[in-house]
Amino acid sequence: MKQAKTAAVGMPKKKVRPLKALARDWQLWVMIIPAIVYIAIFCYGPMYGLQLAFRDYDFSKGITGGDWAGFKYFIQYFESPMFWPTIRNTFVIAFFSLICGFPIPIILALAINAIKGPAWKRTVQTVVYLPYFISTVVLVAMLQILLSPTTGLVSNALKAIGLIGADANLLGDPWAFVPVYVISGIWQSAGWNSIIFIAALAGVDGQLYDACKVDGANRWQQVWHVELPAILPTIIILLIMNMGGILNVGFEKTFLMQNSLNKGVSEVITTYVYNVGLKSVQFSFGSAVGLFNTVVNFAFLMLANQISKRAANISLM
Amino acid sequence: MSTKVAKVPKANKIHERSASDVSFRIVVGIITIFSFVVVLYPLYFIVIASFSDSTLVNRGEVLFYPKGISLYGYEQIFTRPDIWRGYLNTVIYSFCGTALNLAVTLPAAYTLSRRNFPARGIIMKLFVFTMYFNGGLIPTYMLINEVGLLNNPLIMIIIGAVNVYNLIITRTFFENSIPEDLYEAATLDGCSHFRYFFTIVIPLSKAVTAVIMLYYLVGHWNDFFNALLYLNSDAYQPLQIILRNLLLLNQAMAGSSGAGASAYAQQYADQIKFGVIIVSTLPVLCVYPFIQKYFEKGVMIGAVKG
Repeated sequence: MKQAKTAAVGMPKKKVRPLKALARDWQLWVMIIPAIVYIAIFCYGPMYGLQLAFRDYDFSKGITGGDWAGFKYFIQYFESPMFWPTIRNTFVIAFFSLICGFPIPIILALAINAIKGPAWKRTVQTVVYLPYFISTVVLVAMLQILLSPTTGLVSNALKAIGLIGADANLLGDPWAFVPVYVISGIWQSAGWNSIIFIAALAGVDGQLYDACKVDGANRWQQVWHVELPAILPTIIILLIMNMGGILNVGFEKTFLMQNSLNKGVSEVITTYVYNVGLKSVQFSFGSAVGLFNTVVNFAFLMLANQISKRAANISLM
Repeated sequence: MSTKVAKVPKANKIHERSASDVSFRIVVGIITIFSFVVVLYPLYFIVIASFSDSTLVNRGEVLFYPKGISLYGYEQIFTRPDIWRGYLNTVIYSFCGTALNLAVTLPAAYTLSRRNFPARGIIMKLFVFTMYFNGGLIPTYMLINEVGLLNNPLIMIIIGAVNVYNLIITRTFFENSIPEDLYEAATLDGCSHFRYFFTIVIPLSKAVTAVIMLYYLVGHWNDFFNALLYLNSDAYQPLQIILRNLLLLNQAMAGSSGAGASAYAQQYADQIKFGVIIVSTLPVLCVYPFIQKYFEKGVMIGAVKG
């Protein structure tokens, strides 16, 4: 009896609480509602639309109207002749972007951090951050200008010193696509990516350097024993995030650099989704390929996250 | 005697140390000078080439300073209505888009920074999930079509209204850089969330506002992907699409035909391409120095994310 009474008293109390909280927080809710609405419609809406990948799309019935097709479109992709080329191209581009692109911002940050003159330091920083703000269209246009097989400044210089053959076409030859993609990517974003390490290095306690000097460490050893350990957590977090995006090869740049000569190596999953799904209007097939890409990416992210959690006790989530 | 003995190895050690420190200085010097030159020279080349005679540029004679000064490229750009329409569209999309971004992101970040807001944890999780998982190209395209924003210029303003990464940066800034005492003092005086947000939080958050504003602004200015996907009409195309047609598809002289005409078209394209690159990139580069001092702060706040 007593218990029932307390329960009865307890019940309405619990019901009132959210309402009271709502009355108290209504202004906070008003401030966040636009963001919730946007995320719900434009991020979760398409996730609901992913069922398209499991249905036969029917123009007259809309996204959710077609008949269930199960994994038909996934199997169609796995069995298509474009499956391995798109996977391979995506991995090759992503792998070399990561392997070549990841250490350079760290080295750059260590070097910028070691500059003594503040004016020169400022100047170097201003210049190396700059390319990040150039649009992909302009970047690719600059590549076409500088690497043109006939008039390109850079391609002619490379030919003059014998690094590439006289008849090489850096814009069309299939072997040149990945190096050009990766190196121009480093040119554009190494400076920007170094900011986070520079900021982490600025937070290193000066006493650590002093202690190091007392122990007789030279400047190289200070880098090894003080600076690298200081930025290690940042390095690991960024490595996880980059691993998670391993199949997220930028659509824009690949698409813009793509031409009939290099298509064999430049067709990645995202451009394939665009070309097959949108251009050739195979909505269900395109959705399935896109979903496959997202799921693999997500799995990589989780894997990298788990590994770093085990190994270094650092994780994203 | 003993002091003398002790001094000699010490001096040696200092000598050794300075030798390796010299090698360190040299390597640092090489890396920074190399980066500086490699990054700056292509940009510098585009600038000098835009003022030079394109024949000399193509012959590789313009290397360190403009030759055969010619403003022909710039003159041609001023006479092309498609470039200016694209420019105007981009300015409108960037300005309205960034205003919408800030109007959505800043208040949402404030709500998520209030520790006693009950739904904070779940909303944050649902938002962060979208950073790693999304519907993908085609379902998003279908949705945009469904809500009637296909080939509607509004899409260029609405899409990306809130970027979760920028939201986290802003929220972290509000949490860490605005003293909680201020909030307590304000609420004791009966200050509402709205008033506190507008009169205390916003004026104290210039740094983070500047950073996310730059991120959003540059994102809108350089946006090519969304226009490619969602806009068909020529009248709505932003600058980046016009640039692509002009620079990458060689449509500078669209409509002309014949071998002679195509050679002429090539020369014409060569003349204007450098100028077009400069004209289209200049506005972003003008904003950049003013906000540069906030970069490190902004990136650092983002790195602290939980």
